[in-house]
Amino acid sequence: MFDKVKEIILEQLGLDEDTVVTPETSLMNDLKADSLDAVEIIMAFEDEFDIEIPDSEAENFKNIGDIVAYIESKTA
Amino acid sequence: MKSLRSVGIIGTGSYVPERKVTNFDMEKIVDTSDEWIRTRTGIGARHFAADDETTSDMAAKAALKAMEAANVTADEIDLIIVGTLTPDMLLPSTACLVQDKIGANGSAAFDLETACSGFIYAMEVGRNFVATGMYNKVLVIGAEKLSSFLDFEDRATCVLFGDGAGAAVLGPVEDGKGILSSELGADGSKGMVLKIDAGGCKMPASEQTLKDRLHYITMDGSEVFKFAVRIMGSASLNVVEKAGLTLDDINFLVPHQANMRIISAAAKKLNLPLEKVQINLTEYGNMSAASVPVALDQAIREGKIKEGDKTVLVGFGGGLTWGACVIQW
Repeated sequence: MFDKVKEIILEQLGLDEDTVVTPETSLMNDLKADSLDAVEIIMAFEDEFDIEIPDSEAENFKNIGDIVAYIESKTA
Repeated sequence: MKSLRSVGIIGTGSYVPERKVTNFDMEKIVDTSDEWIRTRTGIGARHFAADDETTSDMAAKAALKAMEAANVTADEIDLIIVGTLTPDMLLPSTACLVQDKIGANGSAAFDLETACSGFIYAMEVGRNFVATGMYNKVLVIGAEKLSSFLDFEDRATCVLFGDGAGAAVLGPVEDGKGILSSELGADGSKGMVLKIDAGGCKMPASEQTLKDRLHYITMDGSEVFKFAVRIMGSASLNVVEKAGLTLDDINFLVPHQANMRIISAAAKKLNLPLEKVQINLTEYGNMSAASVPVALDQAIREGKIKEGDKTVLVGFGGGLTWGACVIQW
């Protein structure tokens, strides 16, 4: 799951696949995503995993680990 | 029942007010920056109407240009439909004011409110009147003076919008040409993500509504963005399929001009490079119902749309609403 999430994020942001991404990495602080990048990434997760991620949940994601945990809870 | 006639656009016109307001000008009004606006929206400037210039003034100017291009006189116009969310007044309709200004005394006239999808909705309504043979020439207009409804203390919305008007004359065309297919849609359950709270019967204008700044446009940006990206792509694909075409047949895209990233997503769905997409939000921002017809008029006058081409028009807006069509030129 982490690898898939990482792949989607890097593709959406147009970053190299060898960019260092850990569960502690923050989309906005470390990967310099802006608010619309974040929405586009959330949409890509929704399409890929066939789930809905409401804004109220997305606002709580502090780092990639939070995102992976949320998606795992919804697809389990 | 006799068969339906083919209906197409026989002339277009547009008008954008003179006063240009750049992102740098906006920096002086509200806490924002050219860099912020450009990277998130693609917008570089917008035009605002003069204080005494109204939606119907701009609509009439665009209409006269469209009538000239179509070689149609005012007495030939059977019906005027104005798509707008910023009418001159609540009563009478903007379409009636336009009728008077262009001297189309014999026509029927009404407004239609589907926000930024206004022009595509108006076109589809007009097309049906011509297709059935009830009318021969229908003037459809998208016109907005959004600057009157912008909260210049809300940096998330006031930088996005501009004023302008675009028009088209619809009439019968030879079979196989004109509007080949279309789709209109709405999702009222998401109505509250893009709204003007006060001024209607639910919350009439009062000292309190003024104090609470409830007469301005407010928007849940990320909800609108998500909706827009998905619907622009799916509606475009639907109308191509309904027309019995494939993506390879489509030469050009005229999308609603809300955000460069939304436009890019739609272009990608249609496999079109950005050179095959009319883009004017860099100069005009989002003109709501006026965005599509102004972009269409520019594309035609710049020679980007040629005889034989197949073009997709697509838009989305408050309501939420959306519309798309394929036009064979």
